[in-house]
Amino acid sequence: MGKVTVISGNEACVEGALAAGVRFFAGYPITPSTPIAEGMSRRLPPIGGKFIQMEDEIASMNCIIGASLAGLKVLGATSGPGFSLKEESFGVAMLMEVPCTVIDVMRVGPSTGMATMPAQGDIMAARWGTHGDHPVIALAPSSVRECFELTVKAVNLAERFRTLVFVLTDAILASLLERVEIPDSVETVNRPRPTVPPAQYKPYQITPDGVPPMADFGAGYHWYASSNMHDERGFLATDQHAVAWTLAQRLRDKILKHKDEVTFYSTEWMDDAEVVVYAFGSTARSARAAVKMARAKGIKAGFVKTQTIWPFPEELVSKIAEKARTIVVPEMNMGQMVEKVREVVCGRAKVVSVARVDGILIPPAEILEAIK
Amino acid sequence: MAKVAIKKTSEIRAEYYRPNSFPTIWCPGCGIGNVVASMVRAIDTVGLKHDDTVVVTGIGCSGIIYNYLNFDAYHGIHGRAIPVAVGLKLANPRLNVIVPMGDGDSSAIGGNHLIHAARRNIDITAIVVNNSTYGNTGGQFSPLTPTGSITTTSPFGNIENSFDLCELAKGAGATYVARGATYYSRQMIDLIANGIRHKGFSLIEVISQCPVQYGRRNKLPTAVDLLKWQKENTVSVTRAKTMSPEELKGKFIIGELVNIEAPDQEYTARYERLIEKARSGGKS
Amino acid sequence: MPVKVCAVTIDQAVCKQCGICVAFCPKDVLVADKEGQVEVAYLEECSGCLMCELLCPELAINVDIAE
Repeated sequence: MGKVTVISGNEACVEGALAAGVRFFAGYPITPSTPIAEGMSRRLPPIGGKFIQMEDEIASMNCIIGASLAGLKVLGATSGPGFSLKEESFGVAMLMEVPCTVIDVMRVGPSTGMATMPAQGDIMAARWGTHGDHPVIALAPSSVRECFELTVKAVNLAERFRTLVFVLTDAILASLLERVEIPDSVETVNRPRPTVPPAQYKPYQITPDGVPPMADFGAGYHWYASSNMHDERGFLATDQHAVAWTLAQRLRDKILKHKDEVTFYSTEWMDDAEVVVYAFGSTARSARAAVKMARAKGIKAGFVKTQTIWPFPEELVSKIAEKARTIVVPEMNMGQMVEKVREVVCGRAKVVSVARVDGILIPPAEILEAIK
Repeated sequence: MAKVAIKKTSEIRAEYYRPNSFPTIWCPGCGIGNVVASMVRAIDTVGLKHDDTVVVTGIGCSGIIYNYLNFDAYHGIHGRAIPVAVGLKLANPRLNVIVPMGDGDSSAIGGNHLIHAARRNIDITAIVVNNSTYGNTGGQFSPLTPTGSITTTSPFGNIENSFDLCELAKGAGATYVARGATYYSRQMIDLIANGIRHKGFSLIEVISQCPVQYGRRNKLPTAVDLLKWQKENTVSVTRAKTMSPEELKGKFIIGELVNIEAPDQEYTARYERLIEKARSGGKS
Repeated sequence: MPVKVCAVTIDQAVCKQCGICVAFCPKDVLVADKEGQVEVAYLEECSGCLMCELLCPELAINVDIAE
């Protein structure tokens, strides 16, 4: 029996993180993600966890990287400008393979934009924001319940794959109040641990799974976490082309070879669908309403809600393209996700973009127009 | 000042350095090797447990320090060593977190983090290798480069004021602040050892030499010239007290500048009390 | 009581010939040859102050002192 409660999306992220075992949070106040930091500052100390408000966004990200290396499950939360500031440090977590979860409560950008208004403009920033090539996992909830569930999943995936995972929520979900059942416990995952004595330990070992075991700093393994390209021992490989290439490929493959473990979506009314709305996040709420309205009018409309933004669910979109005549992609940006959809669909279906950046949740009627 | 027992260099090398560490990557005469050796000797003197000690570095010539030592070590991005160290220390207060940085790393790009770690008084030991320049990128001026210096980005002379990092740390609330110089190696070991022992934020600035990227452009072309310059331009805390501000102009005061013993005011100690308070329902 | 210095060893494989040890030895025990290679020329003069050992950035010098 869980606890039924009415909470906001931000609060659900806090609850999800705690349920998943997060015991360290470092953050900096920024609208609309601040209540996550506030929640953590209230909830962590009584359970022996640590909350720290750092001097800036960059410090916050580096601080959780340090805490993760010390062995704790860690969380960061931010919004637009803060997300941009953390980008360089995201690359550190990815290359050093330090499990971290970061929630980005998306708001209208660029720059200060509209601080309290929702957007979905950080899709590409999440994918390519930090320089260089890197793997990325980004999940997007569309309800308060999903804020809880996907934060749990994100923390688990960060540990499972020794990587950085994003949860992309938005300014609507942040303060949206919904009834949620918080389970007494959830399934949790811990990072792989070394099973060999310290002398034989390789922090970046090429394992069949692609995910190397990780020792805590202070546990006697004496290893290097380096932001440089490195070999299996963690030693500098800045002039070793083959080692660098092997590392880059392993980082990519450890995620892509396990896409089934990181791909989450749901479908409705798809059996005979000729027009499919492919949506995510808050926009999926209007999109579903629009599809229902279309069905009421006798239009053969289908609905796909993806919770996985990255890695892009190519197989799913490809399958839709095989059957549908039209794919509608609504999003609160100027068309970021739709580009990826067009690339995968590759002319097999008509792809229609419903995109706007004015801080207004796209109304169902607007999506319905596109379905027609 | 207590005399430091000096362990044999061969023993220090065997105990704390990775095999085949020498020769290091640094230029002939570079002072970073001296600072690392003093840091390691200080760790040895204090008797820190190997397993509990973590070295955190940033970017630049000093960023490579970790690469020769057999501790758990972190080599991150430019300027962000301190927040990583804060995360490590807060997550596991048992760790001894030692953060060697360069002048650019600590006073320019990472200056804000230094200030706030000092303000929080978190028990990490920051060691700043001040060699007056960004050596790794080829010798540009840093916030600690003396005014008038010729560097690759101040070819007509540096018109910026340099600042006193120790005064900055003191003003920010660091409870242990010291300045040493590579020429005075025994004192440097002592200062770093006291910084490590100190329960609270410690900053040890070490005046170091960069003959290739700084000295060469400033009429001090060799390490020997730069060490002689150190001898002539440093004064002890005791002697400084007898000197006028005029006489002290351009001089570096070396020795212990701040040492406030207040272990219960250290950040992780405060945090433990916060947890107790939160557990008892917010009542202290 | 003066100490007895048995040996001053220089690890020539790692010495970068920066000249610090030669310049700052208070007893001029060390001498650099034309190529810059450091030699222990006057061991008998060594006072065992460890200046060279502690100032060497490459940890290339060991001074052995008999207790």
